[in-house]
Amino acid sequence: MIPELGHFSAFLGLMSAVGIAFFGFFGANQNRTSWVDMSIRLTKVQVAVLALSFLLLILAFLDDDFSVLYVANNSNTALPWYYKVSGVWGAHEGSFLLWTLVTAVWTVLVATRARHIPLKLHGYVLGTLGVLSFMFLAFLLFSSNPFERLVPNVPIQGADLNPVLQDIGQIIHPPMLYIGYVGFGVTFAFGIAALATGKLDSAWARWVRPWVNIAWLFLTIGIVLGSWWAYYELGWGGWWFWDPVENASFMPWLAGTALIHSLAATEKRGAFKNWTILLTLLTFTLVLMGAFLVRSGVLSSVHAFAVDPQRGLILLTIFVLVAGGSLVLYAFRAHMLNTQVQYWGVSRELLLLINNALLVVAVFTILLGTLYPLGHEWFVGGEERLSVGEPYFNAMFVPIMLLLSFALAIAPISRWKHTPMRLVINALIFLGGSAVVAVLLPWILADGLHLGVSCAVALAIWIMVTHAIACYKQRNALTLGFIGMSVAHVGFAIVVIGVAVTSVYTESRTARLEIGQSIEVGGTQFELVSVQPTESQNFIGEQARFDFGDRRSLFPERRFYPIREHITYEAAIAPGIFQDQYITFAGPMENDTWGVEIENKPFQRWIWFGAVVAGLAALIAMLDKRYRRLSQRDLETKYSS
Amino acid sequence: MKSHRRRRLTIIIFLFIGSLTTVLISIFALQNYINHFYLPDQIVSGEVPLERKIRAGGMVKPGSVVHDAKGLGVQFDITDLNDATFRVHFEGILPSLFREGQGTIVVGILNEDRVFSAQSVLAKHDENYVPPELKGMLEHDDS
Repeated sequence: MIPELGHFSAFLGLMSAVGIAFFGFFGANQNRTSWVDMSIRLTKVQVAVLALSFLLLILAFLDDDFSVLYVANNSNTALPWYYKVSGVWGAHEGSFLLWTLVTAVWTVLVATRARHIPLKLHGYVLGTLGVLSFMFLAFLLFSSNPFERLVPNVPIQGADLNPVLQDIGQIIHPPMLYIGYVGFGVTFAFGIAALATGKLDSAWARWVRPWVNIAWLFLTIGIVLGSWWAYYELGWGGWWFWDPVENASFMPWLAGTALIHSLAATEKRGAFKNWTILLTLLTFTLVLMGAFLVRSGVLSSVHAFAVDPQRGLILLTIFVLVAGGSLVLYAFRAHMLNTQVQYWGVSRELLLLINNALLVVAVFTILLGTLYPLGHEWFVGGEERLSVGEPYFNAMFVPIMLLLSFALAIAPISRWKHTPMRLVINALIFLGGSAVVAVLLPWILADGLHLGVSCAVALAIWIMVTHAIACYKQRNALTLGFIGMSVAHVGFAIVVIGVAVTSVYTESRTARLEIGQSIEVGGTQFELVSVQPTESQNFIGEQARFDFGDRRSLFPERRFYPIREHITYEAAIAPGIFQDQYITFAGPMENDTWGVEIENKPFQRWIWFGAVVAGLAALIAMLDKRYRRLSQRDLETKYSS
Repeated sequence: MKSHRRRRLTIIIFLFIGSLTTVLISIFALQNYINHFYLPDQIVSGEVPLERKIRAGGMVKPGSVVHDAKGLGVQFDITDLNDATFRVHFEGILPSLFREGQGTIVVGILNEDRVFSAQSVLAKHDENYVPPELKGMLEHDDS
């Protein structure tokens, strides 16, 4: 009964989506407040029924209801309760139910928290979100129903959740990612609404910016969590693989970053209006393309869901409808938003333009590398298969980011319209200073000098210095917006340092050790002290003890999950500000020896720390008082008192 | 020409040159960094370039995995479940999902003796998941 109720709830969600879209669009079109109000009310209904549907699926997992196919495939009685809950979004169907719920939450937030925006705009935004929600729910119900029953042969035991996904990272990573993805659906809706109303002023930009910032914050955190999870769970100490699925999340992030910057120029100067709209459309189109690539099985990836051509076809249709429809609308309406804005020399507008050009080029090169193998297969066909590896992405992406860093360091001292040359020259002098530090530091600390690392570190230090000086100079008139920008840029600089140093100076050794033997990695001796058996509710394995340094120990494990006959390596990591020590334990080999890989990874944490700092900066900027909404009621009390 | 027309023309020219350069650089980079994928029968038939970085895949032949007596060297055979089989040598820790009888993809170089010297061995984290590269092979086998 419970699964049927869940299914029915999701169906009610679909019905409400129809209502939200209809009353939103026509309410806006006919200027009828009551219809838009109806749409707003329906968003609350939708979020309630989808939350119920989601809770019922959780309940089916907690109940071990293996008559539900999805539960039988992804759970097991031996699973701890928290993994039963997170198992709900451990595979395609359930994770897409979560996706639709997240859409409903965003929609209700826009419906209730954005009442201060004009009726027409509000109606079109809700209408667009209603249409998106309808498409997602239709896809869920007609091709990926998580409540499908397995009758009459109900299994007594489930197939278990994939052991790699039995992890805290998997519990929080997908929800964060989906919140970010669908958040860009909100900015997409604002873009469509601007095209529909034909009006885009700095007020519009002010209304959109907080939403972009939250979406970007969550997407950033989601990507960081994914990277961190891959780092410790998949083993091998890699934190980014340029895997197609990673690229699918990274492309919308880059486009979203471009959007944040373009919006700044649109709000402050009324510049780049068409471009900003195009970016709102592009970002969400990339989100949908990512969903298609990940969920259709066309890609060869470690993260891809299992293959299903029918699903792929429906997702491709959604993608084509949304991308095509919005671009057609753009082609017909964008000219209405055109404006002429004057700027010359090294103005802030120019820097934002450079930022956008570089980010879009980055998106394009990643897109090309990701789709090239697919395109080759479709158009050339035959037996021959290709893949594009990390070297391509590194060769393309690293120079773009270095150019971006250069523009970014001048950003805080730049002015709108025109920046006096004196300020630019001052900033360049600091680049000289930073370069000296970046060359001297590795000379003193490490043995050798690496040109790439020195360049990256010099630019990163330069960015930090110029932002610190700009903040100091403006100390009496500092806005949260400016602080947010500075913190985000410093976060970026921290990431640059982390990426450069880790990529070049990581040291790694594999070995086969007997008990009592030791090896040296990165100047530290690691001794294999003992190996003990370990077990838990649903796995058995061996745990090794390595002693190193000043009475420190690490306990990496090798686990065997009997239900799926699945082995995992649980790496042990000694994290540090300046280095991570990382041990993978591969278990027993012949002659009482044990396979191990030990890595020393300097500045590894800086990558995630910097990204989180940048993410939180989006929150700081959002709290700037110019975004604080004054509802009608607030205004009345303000002026009557 | 009116000033805004001239401005628009400059923008379009810049966009055109910019995107052209990007496309050219990207395609140049792609040509250099593409890995071709081969199935066991292609490796056996000798149509595969030697001493170049390639990807190859198939099923790990049951009973073929042999660890060296010392060190982390390991040898195993990859087969297409018919006649074609080639030997792989790898130095390092095999991925946790590597198992005999399961699909795997190896990245490395085929040397003159037709032994595949793998720089990395990939196995998928979901046993229901078959890499698209190997899918055709399996379907072929079923029929």
